[in-house]
Amino acid sequence: MKLHNISINNLRRRKAKMAFLTIGLMVGIATIVTLVTLTKSMSSDIERKMDEFGANILITPQSNDLSLSYGGISLGGVTFDQREIREEDLAKITAIKNNKNISAVSPKILGGVKVADRDVLLVGVDFDAELKMKQWWKIFGDAPKNENEVLLGSDAAKALNVMSGEEVEIRGEKLKVSGILDQTGSQDDALVFAPLRKAQKLLGKEGRITLVEVAALCAGCPIGDMVLQIAEKLPDAKVSAIQQVVESRIHALDQFRRFSYGVAAVVVFIGALIVFVTMMGSVNERTTEIGVFRAIGFRRSHIMRIILLEALLVSFLAGLLGYASGMGAAKLALPIMAEGKNAALVWDTTVTFGSISLALIVGILASLYPALHASKMDPTEALRAL
Amino acid sequence: MALIEISNLAKHYVSGEETVEALRGVDLSISAGEFVSIMGQSGSGKSTLLSVLGGMNHPTEGEVEMAGVKLYTLPGERLADFRAQNLGFVFQSFHLIPYLTALENVMLPLAIAKMNNQEKRAKAKEALEQVGLAAKVDRLPNQLSGGEQERVAIARAVVNKPHILLADEPTGNLDSKTSDEVMGLFRELNKSGQTVVMVTHNPENCAYTDRTIFLRDGRVVAEREDVAVAEVCTLASGRG
Repeated sequence: MKLHNISINNLRRRKAKMAFLTIGLMVGIATIVTLVTLTKSMSSDIERKMDEFGANILITPQSNDLSLSYGGISLGGVTFDQREIREEDLAKITAIKNNKNISAVSPKILGGVKVADRDVLLVGVDFDAELKMKQWWKIFGDAPKNENEVLLGSDAAKALNVMSGEEVEIRGEKLKVSGILDQTGSQDDALVFAPLRKAQKLLGKEGRITLVEVAALCAGCPIGDMVLQIAEKLPDAKVSAIQQVVESRIHALDQFRRFSYGVAAVVVFIGALIVFVTMMGSVNERTTEIGVFRAIGFRRSHIMRIILLEALLVSFLAGLLGYASGMGAAKLALPIMAEGKNAALVWDTTVTFGSISLALIVGILASLYPALHASKMDPTEALRAL
Repeated sequence: MALIEISNLAKHYVSGEETVEALRGVDLSISAGEFVSIMGQSGSGKSTLLSVLGGMNHPTEGEVEMAGVKLYTLPGERLADFRAQNLGFVFQSFHLIPYLTALENVMLPLAIAKMNNQEKRAKAKEALEQVGLAAKVDRLPNQLSGGEQERVAIARAVVNKPHILLADEPTGNLDSKTSDEVMGLFRELNKSGQTVVMVTHNPENCAYTDRTIFLRDGRVVAEREDVAVAEVCTLASGRG
């Protein structure tokens, strides 16, 4: 018989009380595990989705001139004599250290052409990469499937007065309009999109690229690092992060994270309160018992050890069960919350040890005052003093 | 030399503006091996006296010397250590720990002793045998009768061989037959050298003790050496 036998026997033979205490803390821990795991799993899912949504790094040729355009309105007209990036440079972009974070690389060639006596800007793109990056595009008709098809922005189609399925003549070549973009409100509305190779040929710029848009996944990699890595590989190009896009993504994720942690904090507080109230009730219920312990010579520290050991055992159990049930709940909830099957459950040992440690810390802290209260109880209670 | 020496003991409780004088100048001397009962009406101060004797209730005035130690001069938790090593308690409602078996209840005072578990078990079993409960060591308190619970409480009080056994109304919750058995047990323990100090309402219990101290309004008013008191006890108990 040692002091720990008293704690263990109390928990073992007062199962209902122990179950109540364990469940109280377990629910708290499970909620936190669920929230943290869901947040982590959803963050990576959302991050992936958001990063695919438009470019966040722009690669342009080095130029000493300042741009004369704002919000799609250009004061300087189209610069035709831009220096270009070479097509073989594209491979260097995907060779950077953080290449796993690159979601899409979309090279573009730009050039002014005359269509039906009107000046338009022809943009040669890699349609696979472009469509992956611009998931908001709605095309009436189809995206070009071969070299002799083009895609028109809504304003360009209106100005040229062509419909999907009709033909346009560019520099003597007849090209079929495979589809027309729905209004995007961006510069895309006024452009004529052709497959990269065809556009290079039409503009006489084979093997040249005007600019490259890169969609990078922010997870685990500050966008600044990637910009530096690309700039190192392409010393003649100007690489810049589209800060507005990057910042808004980080901000959105931060808000989501902060919300989860806020909810988790409230749940921990409620869990701690349950432990505190239950332990306090248990201590008060055991006044006589504690009086007997003191009367037969237990020191205050012995009483504290008995109570805190009980809290420790219950908290450990609650931590284990909380982790298990929290992960179970997260697994069930993730497909519903993430609205897709792509989001994978993040198994993190930090969460495992974190939840058990948190249960222990919360359990012990919430039991500290009840234990102190118990140790200060008057032993004469047991002897029904006057 | 006396085992317990109490001099000019006073205990006052302050309740609001009122001061209750539970003990007023009690002088008492108890020798080793004595079986002393303390009697008195409710509120006479007998339980307060027992709690002061038990090192759990600091007196307002006076001193308690036990086995050569001035109890209330001991610093902090040394008083708890003194209780663990020198005193055994039997409470009116037994106060067994409900989630511990008879054997575990008896082992309770040994939980803080530096002794291996086998030794603790052996001592607890011996104490339970002494009170005639060797067959029920694994029962929980609620599986024992009132008399059996009292026996477990007595075994728990004597397991660490205390200098003094303090009992507070030990037969208060028992029928007369069981009370007789329990008092017989106390007498046996006393005969084997155990000093016993017992608070009781029951005049019949006087017959088992060497000496009875009567308290009224916090003062010692008589001892059983007085003929009249002795007669009261004798008549009430039908023994003598």
